Amino acid sequence: MQNDVVLTMRGISKLFPGTKALNNVDFTLRRGEIHALMGENGAGKSTLIKVLTGVYEKDSGSIHIEGIDGEAAIHSPQDAQNAGISTVYQEITLCPNLTVAENMFIGRTEDAVVHWKAYEKKAAAILDSLGIPARPKQELSSCSLAVQQMVAIGRAVDMNCKVLILDEPTSSLDEKEVAMLFRLMRDLKSRGVGIIFVTHFLEQVYEVSDRITVLRNGELVGEYPVAELPQVELVARMMGKSLNDLGDLKKADKSFSAGTENVYEAKGLSSVVRKPFDFRIRKGEVNGFTGLLGSGRSESVRAIFGADRVTGGQVRMNGKEVRITGPHEAMKNGIGYLPEDRKRDGIIAELSVRENIILALQVMRGFFKPMKRSEMEKFADEYIRELNIKTASQNTPVGSLSGGNQQKVILARWLLTHPDYLILDEPTRGIDVGTKLEIQRLVLKLAEENMSVTFISSEIEEMLRTCSRLIVMRDGNTVGELTGDELTQAHVMETIAGGEAQHG
Amino acid sequence: MDKKKESIWKRMGIGQLAIPLTALALLFLFNLIRDPGFFSVVVNINNSGNPVLGGNLISVINSASELAIISMGMTLVTAACGGQDISVGAVGAISASVFIKLLIGMGNVTAGTLTVATLACIATAVAFMMFNGTLVSVFRIQPMIATLILYSCGRSIAYWITGSATPQVDSPIITAIGMTIPGIPVPTPVFMVILVGVILAVIFKRTNTALYTQSVGINQGAARLNGISPTAVKMLAFGLLGVCVAVASVIATCRMSQVSHKTLLVDIEMDAILAVAIGGNSLGGGKFRMSGSILGAYIITMLTVTLLAMGINSVNIKAYKAVVIIIIVGAGSPVIKNRMILWRNRRSAAAVKGGAAS
Repeated sequence: MQNDVVLTMRGISKLFPGTKALNNVDFTLRRGEIHALMGENGAGKSTLIKVLTGVYEKDSGSIHIEGIDGEAAIHSPQDAQNAGISTVYQEITLCPNLTVAENMFIGRTEDAVVHWKAYEKKAAAILDSLGIPARPKQELSSCSLAVQQMVAIGRAVDMNCKVLILDEPTSSLDEKEVAMLFRLMRDLKSRGVGIIFVTHFLEQVYEVSDRITVLRNGELVGEYPVAELPQVELVARMMGKSLNDLGDLKKADKSFSAGTENVYEAKGLSSVVRKPFDFRIRKGEVNGFTGLLGSGRSESVRAIFGADRVTGGQVRMNGKEVRITGPHEAMKNGIGYLPEDRKRDGIIAELSVRENIILALQVMRGFFKPMKRSEMEKFADEYIRELNIKTASQNTPVGSLSGGNQQKVILARWLLTHPDYLILDEPTRGIDVGTKLEIQRLVLKLAEENMSVTFISSEIEEMLRTCSRLIVMRDGNTVGELTGDELTQAHVMETIAGGEAQHG
Repeated sequence: MDKKKESIWKRMGIGQLAIPLTALALLFLFNLIRDPGFFSVVVNINNSGNPVLGGNLISVINSASELAIISMGMTLVTAACGGQDISVGAVGAISASVFIKLLIGMGNVTAGTLTVATLACIATAVAFMMFNGTLVSVFRIQPMIATLILYSCGRSIAYWITGSATPQVDSPIITAIGMTIPGIPVPTPVFMVILVGVILAVIFKRTNTALYTQSVGINQGAARLNGISPTAVKMLAFGLLGVCVAVASVIATCRMSQVSHKTLLVDIEMDAILAVAIGGNSLGGGKFRMSGSILGAYIITMLTVTLLAMGINSVNIKAYKAVVIIIIVGAGSPVIKNRMILWRNRRSAAAVKGGAAS
């Protein structure tokens, strides 16, 4: 049973004007396996998924699905669904204002009269058998993101899917929710569903997957059983180079003497969503806020930048008392802020890479002092080169770039303003390993050049690698501040889990 | 080679203007086949003995003026707010009433009284537009609903101001603005369009209006986090629309030498919104191209004049217009656009394949 193949893709090629997105790629999925599809941004993962789900038409190659004679003809997402291929995307594609049961059955009912009572019963049975903690009559929006995702999976499973594609399912989940999702994935696996798992989190790949297929630049690098591919090797295959550089990322161990000046200092700073807190950062320091999702990390930095309405507190920049009530004042005082949600708060999708890069500097210069076109082009060129942003041109709408490159554009936007203090909230979320490393390296370089940086990441190792001081938060309170030898994963975990609250 | 060509096209913004330009070209072609006389420009001598240009083409360019000016303002409001102002006609009636009331009240029309009346007219239109802007940007009411208020009561306000059904003003200066300046055969409203266009172009050149408006229209939250105030940007858009409406109302008043609160600039809101859409601008806001909307205004007017020239009576004209507009708007719809892109990609993919083989 174990080796029954449910899906075979052979020699898949897909051409876009100017680029070969996929070149002769093979992919095999077996019954009851979790198969991680790995590769950096632009490696062709999404294109392969989209070919499989009928969003794109392949230019050449063949797809065979168990139970279908000959080549499977997949020309639309509907075809894919009929062939037993279901996809659950990173962004929930259900209707939040409908109930769980309605979401599971909408669009699948064949009778003219819909017997919701019966469907609710059926939904309850499915939720129960999969251990999904939701009630059929509950409005979907009242469920957590993780549960919403599981409902989407429940819907897919009930449609007798043989192949379940999970595209970045964990990127907005916290650890407990990820564990819940993994339990569900293992359960489905034992029922014989083949799962394609696309993610950026390496640890998660090793936690649940059986096999890994690696793509790079649209070509197949290889397929490996998990046990035969150590994590370092995987990263090396994805990046196409040996990974000696991964280890050399090390922060300059700055020990700050008591007299080192604070670039930014806040006392009792509070916003509509953040209780009063004290905070300071020195020149050239990298520090970070850590804690579980929802612990108040983002709310803290948003209060510093004035992104949420500030309700109180005293703030000093370089020793001088200032009032920061909104982003514009923060910017004028030399603070930059890369927001947590790149799509929602960062990019202006339809504007060009150039316009996105110069935006913050332009705003700081003022409404009546527009930059010359030549100056904009110069800045854009400079940062596209410096940060190695992969874009067809600076006229390309930023929305059509890959996630990592979008993030670099926003980084460029703030670097261009030459801030004294740069806040990076989750700059590495949802982007490929190579870019993650580049960003961490950049943070350390900036600190060496005497910029102060607050770096927030869900991946604690990244923070341990870059920060010299970590502020630990739990339930909206600061519960600890770790420096020096205390900066170990175990210590951070302990503080998150058990520390006593220090501030109100 | 191909790539370079494309980028130049894109740079000139022809991509977005492809549909309105094609529509205009087809209208020209249609008229050329139907009756080449449509394009003949004649020199007439008017009552005061001055030469003025006449003919269908001049009539199109002249009568599209109010629409072209209001379309420019409408483009900005659309881009910033992702919605449209449907009160422009009614607010135009109000500002026109203020204009004519002041002119009549001040007695003789001189350059001085005209300036005062015009400034008061602009101030009135801007104030009413700011009312709309406040509802939209501060209270976050959908533009269509917010502007519905003045749409329905604006003409009553105009009536209260004028006090009588159709106040009239008679002066050579008024005729010069509404018709032609003695000695210059081109209708004055045409110069007003150019003037407003140039002023807006200077504003775009000297300020960040375009960048801010587009940023707010595309992603308000992100714009705010970059230090842009969405409220201020939307107020600015409504304010500029106010100026456009005032200028259009002055032209409309001077054309007739009177203000009829019932008919002045009536139904212009719908044509202005249509002009924005025909110009290839998204009515959902964000990126915009002012030249597209202006082109749209002339297409709509040319269509009307063509139909009139064909002897279709004014009751039926709207139905004929609708058919043509369905075609233009349909050609720019996402479904057709995607089909076109797919078709082009397939062709270029085939070209690449062919190239590789040879």
